[in-house]
Amino acid sequence: MSKESSVTPATLAAAASAPKSGPERMTGSQAVIRTLEKLGVTDVFGLPGGAILPTYDPLLDSDVINHILVRHEQGAGHAAQGYAMATGRVGVCIATSGPGATNLITPLADAHMDSVPMVAITGQVSSKVLGTDAFQEADIVGMTMPVTKHSFMATRAQDIPRMIAEAFYIASTGRPGPVLVDITKDAQQGLMDFEWPVQMKLRGYHPVVKGHNKQVREAARLIDQAERPVLYVGGGTLRAHACEELAQLVELTGAPVVTTLTARGAFPDSDPRNLGMPGMHGTVPAVASMQQSDLLIALGARFDDRVTGVVESFAPGAKVVHIDIDPAEISKIRFADVPIVGDLKTVIPELIDALKAHRAESEPADLTGWWAVLNRLKDEYPLGYVPTDDGLGSPQHVIQRIGALSGPEAIYASGVGQHQMWAAQFVEYERPHAWLNSSGLGTMGYAIPAAMGAQVGEPDRVVWAIDGDGCFQMTNQELATCVINNIPIKVAVINNSSLGMVRQWQTLFYEGRYSNTHLNTGHDTIHVPDFVKLAEAYGCAAFRCESDDDVDAVIQQALAINDRPVLIDFTVSPDAMVWPMVPAGVSNDAIQVARETTPDWTQED
Amino acid sequence: MARHTLSVLVEDTPGVLARVSGLFARRQFNIDSLAVGATEAPGISRITVVVDADGVLLEQVTKQLNKLIHVLKIVELPPETSVQREHIMVKVRADAATRLQVTQAADLFRAQIVDVSTESVVIEATGAPDKLSALLDVLEPFGVKEIARSGTLGLARGPRSMSEKVLRH
Repeated sequence: MSKESSVTPATLAAAASAPKSGPERMTGSQAVIRTLEKLGVTDVFGLPGGAILPTYDPLLDSDVINHILVRHEQGAGHAAQGYAMATGRVGVCIATSGPGATNLITPLADAHMDSVPMVAITGQVSSKVLGTDAFQEADIVGMTMPVTKHSFMATRAQDIPRMIAEAFYIASTGRPGPVLVDITKDAQQGLMDFEWPVQMKLRGYHPVVKGHNKQVREAARLIDQAERPVLYVGGGTLRAHACEELAQLVELTGAPVVTTLTARGAFPDSDPRNLGMPGMHGTVPAVASMQQSDLLIALGARFDDRVTGVVESFAPGAKVVHIDIDPAEISKIRFADVPIVGDLKTVIPELIDALKAHRAESEPADLTGWWAVLNRLKDEYPLGYVPTDDGLGSPQHVIQRIGALSGPEAIYASGVGQHQMWAAQFVEYERPHAWLNSSGLGTMGYAIPAAMGAQVGEPDRVVWAIDGDGCFQMTNQELATCVINNIPIKVAVINNSSLGMVRQWQTLFYEGRYSNTHLNTGHDTIHVPDFVKLAEAYGCAAFRCESDDDVDAVIQQALAINDRPVLIDFTVSPDAMVWPMVPAGVSNDAIQVARETTPDWTQED
Repeated sequence: MARHTLSVLVEDTPGVLARVSGLFARRQFNIDSLAVGATEAPGISRITVVVDADGVLLEQVTKQLNKLIHVLKIVELPPETSVQREHIMVKVRADAATRLQVTQAADLFRAQIVDVSTESVVIEATGAPDKLSALLDVLEPFGVKEIARSGTLGLARGPRSMSEKVLRH
């Protein structure tokens, strides 16, 4: 689990300039392992099967690569994602052909939506029987075209090192994303001459890094003129590792920051200039700041519908400076007055220089009035919650205490649903790469394997999986992987005995008709399954916590156990709801801070 | 919406057409026609695609295509500065009584008769899409039995070639 070597464009470049090693005769599968080693890979997640068997043999001999045997390929995929998101390195997963490969589709789609650098290696049936519906044959390259950044199929041993090297390069540069390398069994078994470095052949791939000078100057001019600017920070800021640069930009401009669901932690929550998360379950100050803004500076953000609400009424008075490494995101949803294609790590410093130059000639607009408006919103509409009438535990309290007691150095992975929103709202994120979740695809079951992957990449950190009772039942088999491989994640099941977010919508929009959302895992139910017994069966430490009064003590107990995974079954009220909320299909101006309660906008200036 | 012709140079690798056509399908871009073939450069194919899109949507089509790793270069071919042609083959009913009229109609469009039987002829023609549609209108009364029509092909006018820059990379 060494952290020293990592696969980045820099290491790829270093590999390319490394002393050339002469050709060495080996099999394609040996070349797979050797290539991964040369690329600096130290950890992979996978599960063998017939078509990938040749590659698992030399894997046994590798002193460098730590292979984590998962219990389901989906777990391998999300683990690779969690690993990548926590460390910034490319996550790697391996599966066999057919069902092994198709089980990776969800993580690939997830990584594609959230731009996670990841390489999936799959075995494929022999090229001699491709296309014949052979045993465990699936056209995984065809199936994953819409959900990968790129994909390769190797049918010859000799192509393997080049394809894997290209896959890593594509996954980790430009807008990061998942890349699939499908390798036929005969390519794995065939003989080849291994040489390193390999010559990449990617003449159609040239990510733009530097911003266009004229546009950067124009952005600086608009920023200095804006009276109500908002820095709309998206997950691209984390992918670009540009959080320090962002902090400098905030320092220079004094503009308020909103951090989207993918960007929580890109700027510290404790900083008063951070208004929190925008969007459907965003804070009132974050949502209102965008609605009232005259200039949105979008940094690695893509105007997702969960942020904008109804696009036509989103930030109606704002001009847009849009900086993104993917040209296709610019003006996709919202017209960008100033489009800048480039890597934020490069473009933000360019923008800072342009702002300094502009300020040498003219004074920037005064933001005092803007901050008076925002500060009033912050005072009047802080994030909060009211305990439910049923006297059961508050999920928000549990999550808030997990964050407070574990601190900003911990990593928090969540599933998808109410607990995810509360984990985004009530944990204070102070650093990048501390918050892992499935934002774009919204994959239930993400938390446990993602936390596992993050713990492998960051063995010295506390890693929490904040999960729901629904999500947990989708991927909890990876607790076996965690116990056996000594990956001591901590699991908080926020057990409201239901598919909570769906139930919330049924409460609000379907007259409380609870169609198929009751899971029978919580208070006053038959507890199927009993999460404590289940965790114990896997060999985890396990506790149940049924009252807000016991929350701190049981979290402390969990934090004290580091020799195995710990699970806490927090049974909480099924009636707790996520607020604020912008109901689907309405303007962000209709944000509700509680049921049927909309802020009184007329009080503002 | 207006029709725009894009000339797309791609690496000639397995699956490249699936990647391009799949992209159009899933992003709900409408294709009027699509034609693929070899180019002057080994390993590079040209996809000529006519899309029904304007403004922002056309920009999205181009940007999304550009994200495909195997796409090397995209150029829009405006009608004023390019030549664009389609090819058509039409099987028309033509017996002894009507054959002369049919061949005369073909002559007017500089179309060729490439097959003759006692009951039909096959006519081939090359031209801009509206010219070929006009030919079909004229042939229609005789009885059109079968049509095979290619997608639009196009090249920019003048001495430059699209692959010049691509090959230098």
